[in-house]
Amino acid sequence: MLIWQRAVVGVCSLVALAGCAGPLSTLAPGGPSAGAIANLWWVMLAGAVAIFGLTTGLLGMAFLVRNGGPASVRLWIIGLGIAFPTTVLIVLLLYGLVIGERLQPVAAADVVEIEAIARQWHWRFRPVLADGRGQETIGVLHIPAGRPVDVIVRSEDVIHSFWVPALAGKMDAIPGKTNRLRLVAAQPGRYGGVCAEFCGIGHSGNRFLVIAHDPASWAGVLAAAS
Amino acid sequence: MHAIWDRGPGLRGALGTVNHSDVGRRFIITAFVFFCIGRVLAMLIRTQLATPGSAFVGPAIYNQLFTMHGSIMMFLFAIPMIEGLAFYMLPKLLGARDMAFPRLSAFGYWCYLFGGTILVLSLFFGVAPDSGWFMYTPLSSKPFTPGINADVWLIGVTFVEVSAMAAAIEIMVSVLKLRAPGLRIDRMPLFAWYLLVTALMMLIGFPPLILGSILLELERAFDWPFFDPNRGGDPLLWQHLFWLFGHPEVYIIFLPAAGVVSTVLPVMARTRIIGYGWIIAAILALAILSFGLWVHHMFTTGIPHMALGFFSAASALVAIPTGIQIFAWIGTIWAGRPELKLPMLHILGFFVVFIIGGLTGVMLAMVPFNWQAHDTAFVTAHLHYVLVGGFVFPMLAGAVYWLPHFTGRQPIERLGKAAFWLIFIGFNLTFLMMHMVGLLGQPRRIYSYPEAMGWTWYNLLASFGSFIMAFGFALFALDVALQIWLGRHTQRNPWRAGTLEWAMPLPAPSYNFASLPSVSDFEPVTDDPQLALKLACGEGFLGEPRHGWRETMGSHMLTGRPEYIVLLPGNTLLPLLTAVMTGGFFVSILAGVYALAPVFLVAVAICAWRWAWTTTNGKNFGLLDAGHELALPVHAEAPGSPGHWGSVFAIVADGTLFATLVFGYAYLWTIAGGWPPPALIAASPIGGIVALAVLAGASLAARKATAVRATLTERRRFLWMMTGAQVVALALLIHETATAIPPPSSHAYAATVMVLFVYAAFHVALALLLTGFALARIRAGFVSDQRTVDVRVAAMWHGYALAVTAVVLLATKVPAMLA
Ligand code: HEM
Ligand SMILES: [Cu+2]
Ligand SMILES: [Cu+2]
Repeated sequence: MLIWQRAVVGVCSLVALAGCAGPLSTLAPGGPSAGAIANLWWVMLAGAVAIFGLTTGLLGMAFLVRNGGPASVRLWIIGLGIAFPTTVLIVLLLYGLVIGERLQPVAAADVVEIEAIARQWHWRFRPVLADGRGQETIGVLHIPAGRPVDVIVRSEDVIHSFWVPALAGKMDAIPGKTNRLRLVAAQPGRYGGVCAEFCGIGHSGNRFLVIAHDPASWAGVLAAAS
Repeated sequence: MHAIWDRGPGLRGALGTVNHSDVGRRFIITAFVFFCIGRVLAMLIRTQLATPGSAFVGPAIYNQLFTMHGSIMMFLFAIPMIEGLAFYMLPKLLGARDMAFPRLSAFGYWCYLFGGTILVLSLFFGVAPDSGWFMYTPLSSKPFTPGINADVWLIGVTFVEVSAMAAAIEIMVSVLKLRAPGLRIDRMPLFAWYLLVTALMMLIGFPPLILGSILLELERAFDWPFFDPNRGGDPLLWQHLFWLFGHPEVYIIFLPAAGVVSTVLPVMARTRIIGYGWIIAAILALAILSFGLWVHHMFTTGIPHMALGFFSAASALVAIPTGIQIFAWIGTIWAGRPELKLPMLHILGFFVVFIIGGLTGVMLAMVPFNWQAHDTAFVTAHLHYVLVGGFVFPMLAGAVYWLPHFTGRQPIERLGKAAFWLIFIGFNLTFLMMHMVGLLGQPRRIYSYPEAMGWTWYNLLASFGSFIMAFGFALFALDVALQIWLGRHTQRNPWRAGTLEWAMPLPAPSYNFASLPSVSDFEPVTDDPQLALKLACGEGFLGEPRHGWRETMGSHMLTGRPEYIVLLPGNTLLPLLTAVMTGGFFVSILAGVYALAPVFLVAVAICAWRWAWTTTNGKNFGLLDAGHELALPVHAEAPGSPGHWGSVFAIVADGTLFATLVFGYAYLWTIAGGWPPPALIAASPIGGIVALAVLAGASLAARKATAVRATLTERRRFLWMMTGAQVVALALLIHETATAIPPPSSHAYAATVMVLFVYAAFHVALALLLTGFALARIRAGFVSDQRTVDVRVAAMWHGYALAVTAVVLLATKVPAMLA
């Protein structure tokens, strides 16, 4: 992290101690995927504040200057209107594209696959084991910490969305479709999960819990599941 | 003049008026009423969310509240407000006396009023839509929304969209054809440019939604499984259709508001806008780009990352044309001597709020960030920064700027400033908090949350802010009321503006201009401060009333050279009657009394026949005096009349609907599971080939029927040939739908093919109706060598029917024959 980034994070955690934390916060990452996105956010926030300051500053100065002279199309439109956003956007797009690519669920040796099946209104989870068995849990997702986990997201009725803000972005559960989302939890612990896509009367309460295990207790979970 | 253009006395006058000022005012007032209703719903939402675990309303009600709030704001407030502003302002800005199709404006208003009323009434009966304003399937499909709620949305919104389509066609034709003599297209006020592009976007943007609504209603009513993954459908097809409309919609709302900024800001800065040509290029670019971004609403649906990258880049790209406009505006202020009057204050509010909305928009266009922020309160906050910043603040600026025009009275500055600050502060408090709480993980559309989430304070402050904002809007309404009743009379051009709407007495007379100006530059009123007086004294064109006609000028699309005198229809109850019949059609579907629907459809057709019949009277007038030694024909005797262009644009819209239908068919075929379908259409192409052959033959007849030199007897003979071909083709198509297609409820394939065939058959029937109409007009003596528009319109729609029939047959029969 750059120094100013650290400063922003510091300020944020100072201003409101509960500020960036909270069980579903996207700004208190629990793994590298969510961490990369949180960084992207802080960078974009800093850039946005700067651009906002620039434009409103120019706007405010217009009232002070009152020069009444002719305006230069070259400066205002070609320079500020076209060249400036184009440069910023190219850089930002590349940055976003690179991060997005890194978060893709590419094949790897130690990936653990777990099915997440959504219905109105609860989530069921089942580890995909080599022998095809695996015990379902309702409302609690067990994963190993420190290893990539691919969640295979499906729905049995309407559209839902699987979201564990501390570990990764969200992925929709769409009937008739199978989606895959890569999660990584850096440390063992408990993380909040929630359905993000409106799914009817029970949408607000459609939450679940993720428990990330250290290797020993993960072995125990697997043994119990099969 | 007044006697000719006024609405006439009493209730009949009120119901029958077609005058653009009347209709425009009605749209604006009605939209404001719906805005207040939407605001009340927002207050209820914010009350519920103010504290954790609140028991104010339950989830069932809450879901209706936010669905209705969003739908009302988008469909019953924003779009109709634009239509109202366009109807009221455009003719005045362009130096015309009315819009091109006054009866169509009135019809659109009634459709809007009735459709909106259906939607709002449903709230009181507790059956309001509750699947969110984008109505995702399968949540909105029959199994998961068994009640009437979703039907209310589909029917009500489609009914209202009828008025949007009517307005789009009308705005296009009015801007292109009804300008003052000499008003070149590259000297047009920017506001007209903005509305021209907006109208074009509406023409292309709304059909996907209308099609989607028709398909979903068919699924709900008859179990045709377009969106059911178990029978070859795909819920994502709905999302594509919806956002194919939904994203352009945002720009359809923003562009007219930006047009207001481009009009008001230079006046407040006492200068001309810089970069006129650049701004036009920017809005054209925005219009085109906005149709290529819809997938950014679907970044979390599992579409491959590389495809997302494309849409991400396209979404970020819109920041460039937007940037051009923002900096052109700021540069204009730099170049001028800005005055911080009330309209300018609202424009500054617009800058601050809209720039923030644009910046969070770019953030959301970045795919990884979107994965986190999508469907959270952050997005809700973003969309309000864009919509309130990019629409409500400019509209407030426009309202205070143009109110003297409506009321003829001066504004009361103090109250207006207080209102502005309350709205501005309340708004930012509400939605800054919602940005934060979204980042802390609060999903959108939740009715309740536990204390432990750490969202409590943000929500409380947000709710507090929304009440401050409510006071602000109340004060604004009070300000307007006071101005109407107590304001002092204003002078003619209170802001010292240069555009034509200020070249008339205030409040505006029903006919706008006693005689029409001749315009050679951007700011006619600045160039000639005495213009208003001269026009009032009849020194312009068409200053002499004759036969009680409503006359305005029709001019060349590009150069503004006068081409013909447009005779506009007078007041009539026909639009109201047609809207009532259209309403009967929609209500009978809503009530599930499907047998009644065709009856009302026939009634609509009869009204339309009568409507078209009374458009022109049958006489030839030859060249008439238009003032200043100019002799012009009336529009019915000239080529390229407004009706001709209206028909062309209607075909553009209809063709877009058809193109989306074909897109849906191809999409399901290639993307959805459960394809290829178990049973295809009967492969035999004989019937189809015969239908196509006779239609194609008849299109040669159509060419001859519209030929310049054809005699009336020849025209009649060729029209009869067309009729014969249309009857044969229609019979063959109906036979095909009845015998060759598997049951539509069996598979999305069968359902889609059925819709394709019904679409083709419907258009052949329409062509038949129009050809019959042309024949009837010939028999009645309404067609002459100069007056051929009825025949030309029939030929145009015949060609369209031929084209769609060919596409439908190719798309369905070829795969069946190959299989
Ligand atoms: C002016 C005061 C307004 C307030 C206080 C307000 C408040 C809200 C709130 C709190 C929600 C979130 C509902 C939820 O997440 O559960 C919402 C949703 C929404 N609002 Fe507003 N709003 C306002 C104006 C507008 C305007 C002017 C528009 C459009 C022109 C608009 C369009 C929408 C839309 C489209 C939604 C999404 C509805 C959905 O999720 O289905 N709002 N509004
Ligand atoms: Cu949900
Ligand atoms: Cu969009």
